[in-house]
Amino acid sequence: MMRKILLWAPLMVFALFLGVFLRGLHVPENTTITSKMVGKVVPDFALPAAVSSHPALTSDDLKQGKPILLNIFASWCLPCIAEAPVLEELKRQGVEIHGIAIRDTPEDVGDFLTQHGDPYARIGSDVSSQVQISLGSSGVPESFVVDGRGVVRLQHIGDIRKEDITKILAALEDAK
Amino acid sequence: MIAELGLGLLWLAAGLAVLQFFLGANALRMKGRPDLGLAIQPVAIAQGLLAGLSFLALIYLFFVSDMSVKLVAANSHSEKPLLYKISGAWGNHEGSMLLWVTILSLAGGAIALVERRIREDTLIATLMAQGLIALGFYAFLLFSSNPFERLNPSPPEGNGLNPLLQDPGLAFHPPTLYLGYVGLSVVFSFAVGALLTRDVGPAFARAMRPWVLGAWAFLTIGITAGSYWAYYELGWGGWWFWDPVENASLMPWLAATALLHSVTVLATRDSLRAWTVMLAVVAFSMSMVGTFLVRSGILTSVHAFAVDPERGSFILALLLLYIGGALALFALRISTVREGAQFEPVSREAALVLNNLLLTVILGVVLIGTLYPIVAQAMGQQISIGPPYFNPAAGSVALLLILAMAAGPLLRWRRDGFALLVRRLAVPVALGLGVLIAVRIAAPDIGTLSWLGLSTAAVAGAASIAPLWKRSLKRTPLFTWGMVVAHFGVAVALAGMAADTAFMKERLVAVAEGGEAEVGPFKVRLNAVTPVIGPNWTALEARIEARRGDGTPVVLRPQARHYMDPPTDTSEAAITTLIDGQLYVVLGKVNEDGRWQLRLWWKPWVTLIWFGGILIALGGILALVGRLWRERRLPKRDDQ
Amino acid sequence: MRRFVLASCLLAASIGAPVLAGSRMAAAPLANVQLADPEQEKQARSLMETVRCLVCQGQSIADSDAEMAGDMRALIRERIQKGESPAQIRAWLVERYGDWVTYAPPQHGVAALLWVLPAILILIGGFVAAGRIRRRRG
Repeated sequence: MMRKILLWAPLMVFALFLGVFLRGLHVPENTTITSKMVGKVVPDFALPAAVSSHPALTSDDLKQGKPILLNIFASWCLPCIAEAPVLEELKRQGVEIHGIAIRDTPEDVGDFLTQHGDPYARIGSDVSSQVQISLGSSGVPESFVVDGRGVVRLQHIGDIRKEDITKILAALEDAK
Repeated sequence: MIAELGLGLLWLAAGLAVLQFFLGANALRMKGRPDLGLAIQPVAIAQGLLAGLSFLALIYLFFVSDMSVKLVAANSHSEKPLLYKISGAWGNHEGSMLLWVTILSLAGGAIALVERRIREDTLIATLMAQGLIALGFYAFLLFSSNPFERLNPSPPEGNGLNPLLQDPGLAFHPPTLYLGYVGLSVVFSFAVGALLTRDVGPAFARAMRPWVLGAWAFLTIGITAGSYWAYYELGWGGWWFWDPVENASLMPWLAATALLHSVTVLATRDSLRAWTVMLAVVAFSMSMVGTFLVRSGILTSVHAFAVDPERGSFILALLLLYIGGALALFALRISTVREGAQFEPVSREAALVLNNLLLTVILGVVLIGTLYPIVAQAMGQQISIGPPYFNPAAGSVALLLILAMAAGPLLRWRRDGFALLVRRLAVPVALGLGVLIAVRIAAPDIGTLSWLGLSTAAVAGAASIAPLWKRSLKRTPLFTWGMVVAHFGVAVALAGMAADTAFMKERLVAVAEGGEAEVGPFKVRLNAVTPVIGPNWTALEARIEARRGDGTPVVLRPQARHYMDPPTDTSEAAITTLIDGQLYVVLGKVNEDGRWQLRLWWKPWVTLIWFGGILIALGGILALVGRLWRERRLPKRDDQ
Repeated sequence: MRRFVLASCLLAASIGAPVLAGSRMAAAPLANVQLADPEQEKQARSLMETVRCLVCQGQSIADSDAEMAGDMRALIRERIQKGESPAQIRAWLVERYGDWVTYAPPQHGVAALLWVLPAILILIGGFVAAGRIRRRRG
């Protein structure tokens, strides 16, 4: 009996591996790394102003009792340009948006705002991505819905598109 | 015209593979009429020739840059250097599959032509299996990756002049690995043939052994070359990353190494019958798993390939057919194969069993560790498995293995005494202990693995040449030399890995032109950074002078290159090889204050890693030649 | 777009070290400069070798030319300099990115099996091989 099991064991192990390969083929490896900060309070930070026209951004600004859309962007990032009009639309609908500019200079941020629109109330400058990393964000653009107590409610990876507006608004509504 | 000819030859060869399979199957069914099967030999030879001609046709098309062929237009350019025009023939998916099946068929033809040691029916069954394997790859080529497809209208010029892919390493790395993979397919066919005719014994092992040795030597060369290529191309001084693609090439090698040793036990002592057959199946399945992992792209790798899930599915189907079939056959048939001889706990056989056990454990760790992220994801977890896992998990078992390797050749077959072994190992063990203590005192803060690695290398290095002790070197058989050289190579490579890990010196500095920095024992001076122009790139080139003590300075010229088409920035490391290590320099960006970022590494004894790899392969080749030479004189099977 | 960056980064990595296009900002001070204390630098370096790059996902941040990898190197060196232990920093990163970010698989959950795998395999193999050893006579 023992010997019989031993003889068929290789085939069974092989079937197991085949299952893994099939699974790998049909469900590609997930290369999107989501932030594990969702559901937690944003870490403390105090960023200087990214551009003179806007005030600086600290973590306290995300705990003012009303939900906020925190947008991580950069002037050198192409999808951020595509996203700009959608952010403007959100602002028109009454959403308060704060920005964090990654690895950027005041001149470049200023140019970006004049060219592509300015939905931001405050913009912090994160020149070496330290706040971005502390939020568990892995690229630009990326946005977080933060409720009035500073708890992260939603992470949106990539540019926010028109079809995402309802999702973002609903998350902001929930966060109230 | 040539393209159509090539395709026609391919179809003909596929037809012959079908014929080869049915001739074999028929002969096996009609037992007692082996003459029925003898026709399989000329068919196998003809199949090999046709596939070879078809591959020559493809090379010709690349040689004349026939842009009306889709594959040539996509991968070549009329102004490419000749070497890269020709290597372009296999530098892509379709061509490489054609190369694979060509080597496979030529190997089948070679078996038919020269193999006379095994029983006739086993030979027929082996060729039948070989025909079936070839058939799968012909189907793959003809139905989903036709290399001879035409383009209409044909473009005036090809678009494949990617300058970055023109590297001698890239031209010969894939064919080397393929020779290894295909050699293992021959071994697999032998195993299936022997299972079908219940002929698992020493004669079968002796027939299979040259193919195992050859495949193993090629795999060793392929892995060594791949490691060096990653080392100088990636520009961060690393030589092994436990990346899925690297692991994919390591796994067949581990299985082949185990097989190489178990086949010797079977040939010499008629023991380990079932296990050797199993390893032959595992070794080929690892080649196919490797190809699958590389081509399907199911795992994120730093080495990019043109991945295609559809091709992955095809390889998976072949894997299911061949390996699943062979394992089922194994389960059904192997119980009818009489068990081989048992062995004493202290004997050469026992040491080789330990070798097989530890190699299989390492193989299991690498295989499962590589695939585990898929399993974890299925269970809702995203994890990464890299050096912090593989180094201790596989590395510690590898050290045990290398200690067993030191002892094994000093043991006699059948039965030996433990006290005798201890006496034979006294000098190497004393040396190892000496290194253990000396390194502890001289460099107390190096990692445990590299500390043990250096000591193990000392034991293994001394023990590996012990079999030559008190022996007439001229009368020592060539295959014993092969073993000694290969084992010594393992010790050398291990010493290189441990020394580089333990004593590597890194300096990341910003230096102005004319400024100096130090790395390890070297004083480095950045003389100037000047623009240079290449055939299809421009670059900033640093002239760096390095000097150790009062020695003569060496000049290194690392570059930060910009290719025009397609626009790509790369950094080209500059490496100087000295007797006791390499100096490795990379030019980074320029700071706002005009100082240049330099990455400097002094890597003591790092070259031993690849030198050891070459020794291992050389040992394999010596053993192969030695075995063929010796067995040339053995009585041949009677041809009625 | 991120997908594209990932793809191009992998492609470039295989054919010569890439220098990724991105911001015009110089690298953070500690991204490419070692710590003065060799002991601290050693700690930082061995930690960096085990942190997976979020952009070039096949590489550790110690081997990656991506800007974000540079920023993460700077973060690690800064924290080591302030006296944090590598284990603390790793835990801090895992809290943000999950277990994915470290090349050392966790010792709990699904991955726990990996750490006992060599022992299990040796036991199974030893059990199978033991059957073939001849008992000592007498």
